[in-house]
Amino acid sequence: MSADLHQIWVYLSASPLAGLTLTLVAYQIGLWVFEKLGRRPVLNPVLIAVILIAGTLSLSGIDYRTYFDGAQFVHFLLGPATVALAIPLYNQFQEVRRSALALVVALLVGSTASALSAVALVWICGGTKVTILSMAPKSVTSPIAMGVSEQIGGLPSLTAVFVIITGIVAASLGTWVLNLVRVKDWRARGFGMGVAAHGIGTARALQVNEVAGAFAGLGMGLNGLATALLLPTLYHLIWG
Amino acid sequence: MLGTLTLLLLCQLAGELAARLLHLPVPGPVLGMLLLFAGLLLRGGVPAAIQDTAGGLLRHLSLLFVPAGVGVMVHVSRLETEALPIVVALFGSTLFGIAVTAKLMAFLLSRGDPRLEEEQPAGSSAKGDRT
Repeated sequence: MSADLHQIWVYLSASPLAGLTLTLVAYQIGLWVFEKLGRRPVLNPVLIAVILIAGTLSLSGIDYRTYFDGAQFVHFLLGPATVALAIPLYNQFQEVRRSALALVVALLVGSTASALSAVALVWICGGTKVTILSMAPKSVTSPIAMGVSEQIGGLPSLTAVFVIITGIVAASLGTWVLNLVRVKDWRARGFGMGVAAHGIGTARALQVNEVAGAFAGLGMGLNGLATALLLPTLYHLIWG
Repeated sequence: MLGTLTLLLLCQLAGELAARLLHLPVPGPVLGMLLLFAGLLLRGGVPAAIQDTAGGLLRHLSLLFVPAGVGVMVHVSRLETEALPIVVALFGSTLFGIAVTAKLMAFLLSRGDPRLEEEQPAGSSAKGDRT
């Protein structure tokens, strides 16, 4: 009997099924908690899911690699989802075209402000160089951020973690900050979330308002381009 | 649904190929997005099927970040030893980035068209549910 159970356990912990199911169940629980407790942004479904999964894996002694073998099917969909952002962008194209100049200026300033403030804060607080370099591209979507991180000598997997935490911080506290600086325009609110906090910021913006969502998607895409092009160049200028 | 998924994957594949063949520093999916966008412009509209499937995928966009987020497990020791710089930088720069981008954008937009300030749904909706 216990030998059977052991074999089932061995099978399950090595097959993609367990990791995939765990990911979806944990996210559903996260969504449920988020809805039940009044959609407070602090109860971010991603945050709840990550805590549940990390907890489950630690308790059962399954390592991250094994888990990711299953969860990679979800992870893979980031690519097609990025492509799909063309659709809200197209739906809002008239708005986008009218505000093109504002978009470009806000993008360049916002992108630089996010990256430089991140680097400066790690440096001031005594972080190591690897952490600084891994932190620099954290505002853009993970496939881009990991690529840039590798180019400039950071740790791509550490960058991925910073990217996700950035998104969770923005989704949880972004509304509060935007109210604090008294920005009311949905286009500006969405764009700020997308530029500073990629897909998770965009997901949050889409939850709230279609215009904000489209501008967030645009901000995420444009900052992905800007960071992929500018950050390696900036790095070579500073560190040679 | 199947057609849309195929289209999204084809755009991504074309984007990946273009990025590699032309040695562009831009990731494939972003090029794929631009490609699909150009296609929609040429066609002059989004077919309902694409609207639905893409909408469904994007509604659960944040789910797709969960697997990478669990990677935090692998870096626990670094996160512990450098907790202060990491926490300060992530919170500080993210909130600073949002504020700077949105404030500047709002300022530029209101300069471009003074009417827009009043058109926005100012303090009307519930505060907590704004992005």
